[in-house]
Amino acid sequence: MPRVKVPRKSTSVDMTAMCDVAFLLLSFFILTTKFKPTEALEVVTPNSVASKVAPGSDLVLITIDNNGKVFYSLSEDAPKREVIENVNEQRNLGLTDAEITAFTKAQFVGVPFSKLKGFLKLNAEQQLLQKEGIPVTDSANNELTVWMNASYKAFQGQKLNLLLKGDNNSKYPSFKGVIAAFKKNDLMKFQMVTNPQNVPVGSELYKRNVAENRSKAGI
Amino acid sequence: MAEMDTSGGGHKKGPGVKKSKKQSTKVDLTPMVDLGFLLITFFIFTTTMSEATAMNLNLPKDTDKPEDQNKAKESGALTVLLGGNDVIYYYEGILAADGSNFKTTTQKEVRNVILNKKRSTNPSDFVVVIKPDSSSTYKNTVDILDEMTIDDVKRYALVDISAVEGQLIKATSGIQ
Repeated sequence: MPRVKVPRKSTSVDMTAMCDVAFLLLSFFILTTKFKPTEALEVVTPNSVASKVAPGSDLVLITIDNNGKVFYSLSEDAPKREVIENVNEQRNLGLTDAEITAFTKAQFVGVPFSKLKGFLKLNAEQQLLQKEGIPVTDSANNELTVWMNASYKAFQGQKLNLLLKGDNNSKYPSFKGVIAAFKKNDLMKFQMVTNPQNVPVGSELYKRNVAENRSKAGI
Repeated sequence: MAEMDTSGGGHKKGPGVKKSKKQSTKVDLTPMVDLGFLLITFFIFTTTMSEATAMNLNLPKDTDKPEDQNKAKESGALTVLLGGNDVIYYYEGILAADGSNFKTTTQKEVRNVILNKKRSTNPSDFVVVIKPDSSSTYKNTVDILDEMTIDDVKRYALVDISAVEGQLIKATSGIQ
């Protein structure tokens, strides 16, 4: 019987196609990654077991830095112009059109009303250095109340996501002042930005989560 | 695909011309693929890692009329006072005139205090009153609010500290 000759084949596979795919994916991931924007205000937030992701649009963000200074900022899609026009009206600041436009471009506001006009005249880099903070601790002159009132009016008809981002080391009175400003405007719901943390094993919440997962799985 | 035609265009060389050896231009792409996937894994892991979460807090409406306030039953109340330097003070029920039920604890041990109180009281009467002192930090406040979530405390309130309690904290922290 003649032997069937099995031709010897090379075992090396052409890697080019795989290489193409790998680098295509790589470039996709690199391009879609959003880098954390360098923040003008450095804030180290506390940890919590909350698992809800912070909202990203229609934001009114109040920041408390490590010295307890309070800053006010709006997300890009927020009605910035309405807010500043409202503030302008309430406090008779006499802001010009150019200054109102400057506000819509500013990253945050952290000055008392008396210095707002001067603040809006500065360029972007100088503005970042103005860290005096909005006065909140004096209950008779809590300027954040005016800001919140203006935001509340400007956001009428759309959802307002109120976010508070506090630094670990800021003292309680600033937090209290911020809460007081919220309360005065009937903004009773707000969210605090935190870093996620695992639920401690064996705690009440842990047991409840386990029980919920079990009932979901149908056991 | 990753090779080139090096056969020299196929034109005949003369008899005196040495035939150059045909070398393969195939490159082993395996390490490159390895590197590509390694980077992909790296990017996947680093992008989804840090996303800030948010913790909800609903504020109660302030009422001027005392009859509108829902009074906490004194026996079921646990008052937690946040002092400076991460120290926590607490008392059950009403603060004794001589401050005898005013106790000190730490951030870690407060969980046991809350759970003990929770077990020993009627669930409908149980309420935790949180009073941060002006020397306490934002972190202390958020931590204790988080503790309420962890311990599954349904009713808690953030209340301003009274002068007596403030003095007691000062006196106690002075001794230690």
